[in-house]
Amino acid sequence: MTKIRDGYVRPLDLKNGRVDLTHGSGGRAMAQLIDDLFARHFDNEFLRQGNDGAVLPARPEGNAPGVPTFSGRLVMATDAHVVSPLFFPGGDIGCLSVHGTINDVAVMGARPLWLAASFILEEGFPLAELDRIVASMARASREAGVPVVTGDTKVVEAGKADGVFITTTGVGVLPEDLSLSGAGARPGDVVLLSGSIGDHGMAIMATRENLGFAAPIVSDTAALHDLIAVMLATAAEIRCLRDPTRGGLATTLNEIARQSGVGVVLDEAAIPVNPAVAAACEFLGLDPLYVANEGKLVAIVAAADADVVLAAMRAHPLGARAAKVGEVVADDHHFVQMSTSLGGRRIVDWLTGDQLPRIC
Amino acid sequence: MKYIDEFRDGRLAQGIAAAIAREARPERQYAFMEFCGGHTHAISRYGVTDLLPPTLRMVHGPGCPVCVLPIGRIDMAIELALKHRAIVCSYGDCLRVPASDGLSLMKARSRGGDIRMVYSAADALKAAQDNPTRQVVFFAIGFETTTPPTAVVVKQAAALGLNNFSVLCCHVLTPPAMHHILATRQPSDIAIDGFIGPAHVSTVIGSRPYEVFATDYRKPVVIAGFEPLDVMQAIHMLLLQVNEGRAEIENEFTRAVTREGNVKAQALVAEVLELREEFEWRGLGVMKKSALALRREYAEFDAEMRFDLAYRVVPDNKACECGAILRGVKRPQDCSIFGSVCTPENPMGSCMVSSEGACAAHYTYGRYKE
Repeated sequence: MTKIRDGYVRPLDLKNGRVDLTHGSGGRAMAQLIDDLFARHFDNEFLRQGNDGAVLPARPEGNAPGVPTFSGRLVMATDAHVVSPLFFPGGDIGCLSVHGTINDVAVMGARPLWLAASFILEEGFPLAELDRIVASMARASREAGVPVVTGDTKVVEAGKADGVFITTTGVGVLPEDLSLSGAGARPGDVVLLSGSIGDHGMAIMATRENLGFAAPIVSDTAALHDLIAVMLATAAEIRCLRDPTRGGLATTLNEIARQSGVGVVLDEAAIPVNPAVAAACEFLGLDPLYVANEGKLVAIVAAADADVVLAAMRAHPLGARAAKVGEVVADDHHFVQMSTSLGGRRIVDWLTGDQLPRIC
Repeated sequence: MKYIDEFRDGRLAQGIAAAIAREARPERQYAFMEFCGGHTHAISRYGVTDLLPPTLRMVHGPGCPVCVLPIGRIDMAIELALKHRAIVCSYGDCLRVPASDGLSLMKARSRGGDIRMVYSAADALKAAQDNPTRQVVFFAIGFETTTPPTAVVVKQAAALGLNNFSVLCCHVLTPPAMHHILATRQPSDIAIDGFIGPAHVSTVIGSRPYEVFATDYRKPVVIAGFEPLDVMQAIHMLLLQVNEGRAEIENEFTRAVTREGNVKAQALVAEVLELREEFEWRGLGVMKKSALALRREYAEFDAEMRFDLAYRVVPDNKACECGAILRGVKRPQDCSIFGSVCTPENPMGSCMVSSEGACAAHYTYGRYKE
């Protein structure tokens, strides 16, 4: 990466400037964008190496003060983020892209260590917004203690993207003796949920549809690795962890039921839903069970250990409203069912395409 | 959620269920039709049938706006998007309904059609204002609930002098469909002892239009809200009427429905829309005076006129039983392709598309019972 002599170059106009095709062409403009925007926010020892890739310690134990020592297998996950709108109550595409990938690594039981970030920018995108997004990403990554160690930027012509797309990849380390899998659920296990459902999806939807609520619905976007560490520290028999993002709680449980060859019975009355989310869902004809979350997790836990894990979750700020929401049953059809609050029973099925609002 | 949870209370439900069980005479069978897809959805989603005695059967009616829309009408909307390159604004429910040539509005979109999902007629009008160089068509479907907003946007478009906005009007009416169901019933069909009358439709038209079903057909009608306790209360009221030999129009949904309905909305609709001589419904066939079109004064906003569209009758798939299901003659599980060839992912008939459709509701919420 060339260091540009400041005196000869007009500084990046972060107030009124816009992304243009030169920012992706590999020339000075690109180097400047990387230096003045990305490197400035993400700054860390690995990124500072300035190479095509980051050189990372093979065994990161004791690498930095405060980093616990561990050894084990590597876990890697990647996630593309294309959210619209880019800014929403409770977050933006930047922090979302950090949280999402950290969570994908963390629900495997792994400790997330590093992130890579790749940006596709649309020609004409305001640099001020890009600056806000990258600042938010950097803040989320610092708070989580998971640095962005390498990255890439591409610019596409106006009209060929929607402002900015961000793909993040995360690497973490999984202890040798731990194995969580969607195939691990057994009849008799308990389904724990870390908090209210539907907040992220409805925050996006409400912004998109301009639904003005007295109290806005706030996305729950958050990094869950710390909550997960607390849960794993109980040494309880946790079979599976998942973050119910796209498709919501219903989809996640259907995936687990199919992978494990079991059924699940949910208790509708036990599932926390914020009143504003419930109202917005009602209004748009959506079911919160299928609405995306970005800071919640589902845990399948052996019945005997459920109370211990639940108590650990509730003691953590991100699990304060954790609840026992159902149980795993033997079922050859692998159905997810729900005891309704009315006293009846119904299937909670796979989603067909997107949830489409009902009209009357 | 205040004012909604009260209508989904499990304890109250058990109370009404006990009252229903006491009232239902063990020596006879009862069959009530819930006309509306909204009721079908509520019954399935909350598992209401689990709380009813086995001698009482709920028959799903044709009150699902998407389900009764014939293929030919969807074809017209697709033609607008693909041939006339118009922006077609549609309610989300319509997008996946199968049309001719393996298409649907959703698939037409992937072929380059500019088809947009809207939540209200007003969104469609806004699209016309935002795209002055494009023709924008609102695909107006639905029963009486959705007719007033259509009338409003047509009036607004006229007031604004918009020359790029029009409506493909496919609005249908509830009472003619109820007539049809009762008038065409065969002795071999399951006898319907009474109706749960529509909730939202009745807020507009009131309870008066149903009175003829009590006088002419001796069938009780109880208008009910869309919450599960509303439905259960209505079932109890119907049982009482049947057992006491009464056939009356009763209103469970007094919090929103009056005998006269929303007179202002009715006047607005009458000003902009008029009865069509006849209209083809999916499943129920051609029915006289059962649907609405734009009045001549507003003809310039009528997409059928503006684009010179012709309606073409397209027969349903032979194996599809949507017709019999919409008339309440068959149940979804009586259809040979239900759940095998026809699923929500790959719907053959319209009842499998909308969440208010009888087949989709049974597939999504109730198939574990089989």
